[in-house]
Amino acid sequence: MAPSEAALATPHPGADGAAPPAVLEAVGVGKRFAGVVALDDVSLTLRRGEIHALVGENGAGKSTLIKVLTGVHRPDSGELRLGGEPVSFARPHEAQQAGVSTIYQEVNLVPMMSVARNIFLGREPRNRLRLIDFPRMHREAADLLAGFGVTADVRRPLNTLGVGTQQMVALARAVSVQARVVVMDEPTSALEPREVETLFRVIEDLHSRDIAILYVSHRMDELYRICERVTVLRDGRLVHTGDLAGLDRTQLVSMMLGREVSEVRRHGVTQFSGAHDAAREPVLTARGLSRRHLLDEVSLQLRPGEVLGLGGLLGSGRTETAKALAGALPLDSGTVTVGGRELRRPSPAAAIRAGISLLSEDRKAEGIVPGLSVRENIVLAAMPRLSRAGVVSRKQQDRIVRIFMERLRIKAAGPEQKVEELSGGNQQKVLLARWLCLEPKVLLLDEPTRGIDVGAKAEVQALIDELAQEGLAVLLISSDVEELVEGADRMVVLRGGAVAGELSGDLVTEADLLGALAAHPSEPPAPASEPAVSETPASEQPACEPPASGPPASEPPADASPSAPHADKEQP
Amino acid sequence: MKSLTTAPNPSAPPRVPQASAPSPTGRERIAPLLQRHGAFAVLVALVLVSSFVFPSFGTLDNAQNVSVQASFIAVVALGMTLVIITGGIDLSVGSVFALGGVLAAWASQYGFWAALLLPLVVCGAIGTLNGLLIARAGMAPFIVTLATLLGARGLLLALTDEGATTYLVPRDSAFAELGQGTLGGFGYPVLVALALFAVGGVVLQRTSFGQSLFAVGGSADAATLMGLPVARTRVLVYLLSGLLAGFAGALNAARLSSGVTIIGSGMELDAIAAVVIGGTLLTGGAGSVSGTLWGVLLLAVIQNLINQIGSLNSSYQSVVSGGFLIVVVVAQRYLARARRT
Repeated sequence: MAPSEAALATPHPGADGAAPPAVLEAVGVGKRFAGVVALDDVSLTLRRGEIHALVGENGAGKSTLIKVLTGVHRPDSGELRLGGEPVSFARPHEAQQAGVSTIYQEVNLVPMMSVARNIFLGREPRNRLRLIDFPRMHREAADLLAGFGVTADVRRPLNTLGVGTQQMVALARAVSVQARVVVMDEPTSALEPREVETLFRVIEDLHSRDIAILYVSHRMDELYRICERVTVLRDGRLVHTGDLAGLDRTQLVSMMLGREVSEVRRHGVTQFSGAHDAAREPVLTARGLSRRHLLDEVSLQLRPGEVLGLGGLLGSGRTETAKALAGALPLDSGTVTVGGRELRRPSPAAAIRAGISLLSEDRKAEGIVPGLSVRENIVLAAMPRLSRAGVVSRKQQDRIVRIFMERLRIKAAGPEQKVEELSGGNQQKVLLARWLCLEPKVLLLDEPTRGIDVGAKAEVQALIDELAQEGLAVLLISSDVEELVEGADRMVVLRGGAVAGELSGDLVTEADLLGALAAHPSEPPAPASEPAVSETPASEQPACEPPASGPPASEPPADASPSAPHADKEQP
Repeated sequence: MKSLTTAPNPSAPPRVPQASAPSPTGRERIAPLLQRHGAFAVLVALVLVSSFVFPSFGTLDNAQNVSVQASFIAVVALGMTLVIITGGIDLSVGSVFALGGVLAAWASQYGFWAALLLPLVVCGAIGTLNGLLIARAGMAPFIVTLATLLGARGLLLALTDEGATTYLVPRDSAFAELGQGTLGGFGYPVLVALALFAVGGVVLQRTSFGQSLFAVGGSADAATLMGLPVARTRVLVYLLSGLLAGFAGALNAARLSSGVTIIGSGMELDAIAAVVIGGTLLTGGAGSVSGTLWGVLLLAVIQNLINQIGSLNSSYQSVVSGGFLIVVVVAQRYLARARRT
């Protein structure tokens, strides 16, 4: 673990003391789904009181392994051992009884039920008449949550709380069942930085109580900050297990990806290349977009061939701005002009006709239609253009689908495979294909790489680059500061629904962006104002010295500095 | 575009204690109240106004009349409430209601207990079949219960030689007394229905089983991962619905002294309407037994009022009920949105 970040977890004495005994072990576990191998002879040992990272790309078998450990799936081969004794969990309930609790990636609680009921579902305190004792339940729930920094009324429905608070409730539930092991599947993916801190404090507390934690995350910083050991899975197989402290980030990423370290270094983990040539007239101009409580006089310009980053914290109006541009958010005032023509009566259909496509941040709810095939998903938005008198030409569809599946390297069994069966990264590519086959002038990308694995992320990033080079105007929204800084030529930073500043030039660093994002009345607004306002977009000149081995100049040696950026999220 | 620059790690953010969620707004507070007690408020207002407008409405006699009329559908709607809270639907209750009545009338020749137990056993079995097909075989509740709706109706016709045979409940038997007797002016069916609602309310609100209904309806996946017995809960809830529908049918047969084959068709829709008007969400996860009671009474009062207005064709009762249902569903949608934001 990096010494500078050792503030949180104090690792157990590893070198001198004997390793603590194992609490939960998977030994040679195999699992197949409909003939497809999900796990192949995977072993994992979770020692008492350790924080153990489980990493791998999507589809590496992390989720399956977690589900085997927590009783959702039963292994086809191999066995689980709890405290050295072989065990078999038939249902999640049995795993919970045995002290193995889980917090799933998406909060798995019942939204409409009260906080207290959620915490005690299935084990409610009863009174003498065997009926639920609500006063006691509310009291105990409030006490429990106080330890997690949550002071909300426990009688309120869960869905009236913020996502972060909901995650804390899930954590409280998981921990309150006398857990010996807590499995956390991407617990921070929906959390705000502040809430991540609270989570880490809770983890520290669990750690001090000798509870073992299996921590799954894509965010390298988090792993290096809190985890002691790491297990790497790839393609359903165990690749590596050992201490995290001595392991270089690049090595870790190369193990996850199955690529040579040198290759990872050469390409970096983000796939953005140089700047784009974008000095022409703006293709899209938005003036004074306003909507009560959401947007306040947001204006921006987008030129062909540039990637404009839209920065801001959660709730700053990023998504709303994109939606407003795409006609999906009714406005109180403001205009959107595309190619010199103002959009009158904005609607998604009008925006699409004008050449604006929006890739929504919520892939599942607003993007893919899971039950339809890859082909059907791709041509969905192009339907009106592909059909004549309401009859859709299948031949044209097939042609377009073939082109885009090749170009975007969509990994699917074929165009007729259902989209729900694809990995997150490939689903995202299908969505990109859907919009690209409309030949848009402006592409609005809202969190295009969220929740997809490192490899697919790099591919999507490379694709964004390529599209901009071809002259598309791209608006990129990302919570991943690094992605934004590297991907965008220019950045508009939003705060509280209004434009807080614009950053441009090659001197924009993550620190600048973080400063702009976090600028707070109480803090001096550091370099938030504008670090470098240059009329010309960034040059190709790297800001740091090129590595000795001579890979493309835009990439620094990944191990040159302990804080070299990787494909993880750097959150303020 | 700029190249990769090394970025210093952001310094550790200040440790801010997690703030509590913002306190609920007025609308947020009112929405659930309206949802839960809207039907009750409308019922009270309607009864008050009507008592003044129609002299014959506010009488004890009329109250007794309306309550007995409503008691059978109320028992059916009680079961429906539980089913809908789990996110399901039970279309078979109308047929099961009629089947229960015919079975009870036929069995009444063998005594009180036979008349009571036979419909419970058969209708309970139908409910269990529904539950097993839905929970274990993963079939859609709509389809499964539509099939048993048809099946139960067919069974009923077979039993009665396509309706040609009508089984009568022996006069002055204990079973007939169950349907026709009164206590304090109110028929036994009314008292039985009230007792069932009281028990139903306690079960729903104060037991683990009741909580698991909300959990299953609110998010079946979450309920599974929390270790709740989701499949068992579903089977039980359809079993209960079948039992209650069959029992209501038996009560009705006792009241009418015969098993009538033609009743009960469309009853499932009335029951669903009453449940929804009572504030239970059709999508599951929220609802109450008391709301259903008010919903049933509201529909019964509307019917009664239309009968009071002699000039109005009684067919309009359905029009009014339907209109009211639309108002309620629109209001629910609005409220649901108010709660989300």
